[in-house]
Amino acid sequence: MPELSMIEAIRSTLAAEMERDERVVLLGQDIGAGGGVFRATEGLQQRFGEDRVVDMPLAEGVIIGSAVGLAASGLVPVPELQFLGFGSQAFHQIEGQVARMRFRSGGRFPMPMVIRAPFGGNVRTPELHSDAHEAKYVQSPGIKVAMPATAYDAKGLLATALRDPDPVLFCEPLRGYRLQKDEVPDEDYTVPFGEARTLREGSDVTVVAWSVAAGMAARAADEAEREDGISCTVIDLRTLVPFDEVAVVEAFARTGRGVVVHEAPLTSGFGAEIVATVQEQAFWALEAPIERVAAPDVPYPIGSIEESYVPDLERVRAAIRRVAEVAA
Amino acid sequence: MAKTSAPVSGAVRAEVDEPLRLLAPDGSLADGYEPPLEGDELVAAFRLMLLARATSERAISLQRQGRLGTIATPDGQEAAIVGSALALDPARDWVVPTYREMPALLHMGLPLWRFLLYYRGHPLGNQIPPGVNLLPIQIALGAQVPHAVGLAWGLAHQGSDAVVLTYFGEGASSEGDVHEAMNLAGVRRAPVVFFLQDNGWAITTPVSKQSATRSFALRAAGYGFPGELVDGNDLFAVWEAMRRAVERARAGEGPTLIEARTYRLAPHNTSDDNTRYVDPEDLKRARALDPIPRLRAHLAERGLLAPDAEERMREEIAEEIAAAVKEMESAAAEQPEELLYDYVYEDLPPRLARQRRAALGEG
Repeated sequence: MPELSMIEAIRSTLAAEMERDERVVLLGQDIGAGGGVFRATEGLQQRFGEDRVVDMPLAEGVIIGSAVGLAASGLVPVPELQFLGFGSQAFHQIEGQVARMRFRSGGRFPMPMVIRAPFGGNVRTPELHSDAHEAKYVQSPGIKVAMPATAYDAKGLLATALRDPDPVLFCEPLRGYRLQKDEVPDEDYTVPFGEARTLREGSDVTVVAWSVAAGMAARAADEAEREDGISCTVIDLRTLVPFDEVAVVEAFARTGRGVVVHEAPLTSGFGAEIVATVQEQAFWALEAPIERVAAPDVPYPIGSIEESYVPDLERVRAAIRRVAEVAA
Repeated sequence: MAKTSAPVSGAVRAEVDEPLRLLAPDGSLADGYEPPLEGDELVAAFRLMLLARATSERAISLQRQGRLGTIATPDGQEAAIVGSALALDPARDWVVPTYREMPALLHMGLPLWRFLLYYRGHPLGNQIPPGVNLLPIQIALGAQVPHAVGLAWGLAHQGSDAVVLTYFGEGASSEGDVHEAMNLAGVRRAPVVFFLQDNGWAITTPVSKQSATRSFALRAAGYGFPGELVDGNDLFAVWEAMRRAVERARAGEGPTLIEARTYRLAPHNTSDDNTRYVDPEDLKRARALDPIPRLRAHLAERGLLAPDAEERMREEIAEEIAAAVKEMESAAAEQPEELLYDYVYEDLPPRLARQRRAALGEG
């Protein structure tokens, strides 16, 4: 089975889905002739033509806003935000229009659409390129939010997203684009939304994460087992909307202890929702306060100090140790 | 009186200071102008304008009785709205509206009771029936303009020769969405008509505080397509400019911006009181330019509408409105709580399904 990077998996999936469904049209800045700033769409314009891989003016609002009209016309647009941080320039269209068009039209205008957006830290980008804004979109009912952590999932979740009748924000981790490589079957497959992936099973502590933080959490768990003798279950949520609360609650019910990890700022991050859900549904199984390892409540900093901002393996491992040490 | 303008094809009109006017306030036509609309088409257009005005009056009364919510009426803008919509073919073209273009929605095939259902505040009031080529009424002003461009582009991509007409006001023209949308439309030569109604007011903000431009139509030059300024209270001027814009769009020649200069004769909506900020003298001058008496004078001069015929028409319209109100209220009586949940996604995510079950008492 071939090993692919995430970017290769995304590119080949876009090509396969464009081949499968002629309604799929890509639009974004620099995605055509340039193949995208990360080469996610490299070669696609040459293969599918300028009418299906469309270089857009530099304007996020109309990249998303015109996708609303494209979807209403019967197409499946795949607008690319060059970086999720620039999604703020289009947030009024995503939250105010894309997410609620099906609802406000009583089902007349569903919005099949996949908004692709790279995000995430530790790649030394300029300002506003790295922010983990996923929770803002989770608070926009009507849109689904996918956060793949592996190349396998990037392919399977992207195929699901492109066949979904509802809009999906598909967040691609910058840090994982080339570093994350894993086995990706050639054949067509999908990964369903709302089904978390268990990276490792353990009996002492549950760690919940998504996107690249999931892999980092798994490495922290490996160290915790090796160095501290703590056995961890690690769950990658894969999608935040839908949220696989069953998998999370079951794991917490079994371990009674846990840590939630995300790159976004602590306050009102999606971690808060996870902790609240566990509290509601597994309260009597809890043996220790749940910890959150997140960015501090500060703006995403300039690159030279981002290691102090983005949660790292040491912080996760320390949190695992602390929750494991709380007396039962 | 302004001269009759030559048809525009590809060229950007430079002389936008004087709006195109073909029908004078006294009902007389510009020298040499022969309206191409047939007599019955003209009478139908007049009837639609009357229906809009009568619906406004009835809607305000219903709002005061608590039978409709806040409503924004098109009073004074009927020629702009009707004249622009009439240039479209409802079977293939599309309208992307805001909340003030009721007669255009009716022209496209929306039943009046459904329009009223939206202002009743019913959750299905914006459920456009299948086969009616309208996007839902837009409330976030300017946000619909990129949708119109995408819709026009998408339809053309799929081989249609449809034209998309989108409405917005001089207030919304300040929104970034409008700029981004026009810029994209120019680049893609999208078959779209941007119909900007300058009605003088964005709620309480006069046009002088909205923009320093002499004419909004001038902006089209910056996007590489024609802009045209028309007297928005002149059905013929509006219709002629629209006809040219639709022809251009259908021929693959791209978008047009039409600025219809008109005047909002009513408050912004039923929550507003324009007597607090509109100079009564200005309003008086604007009323003298009301598009309805202007067209009536023309029809009378041509012998197309006798006074008793208008009286019968008004009676029919009153009956039509009464029937629509009745149907609307009957539809509004049904408002199941499921409507809060059932159209958010095609398949409800489990969490939302659980919230729905809890709210509906289904365990």
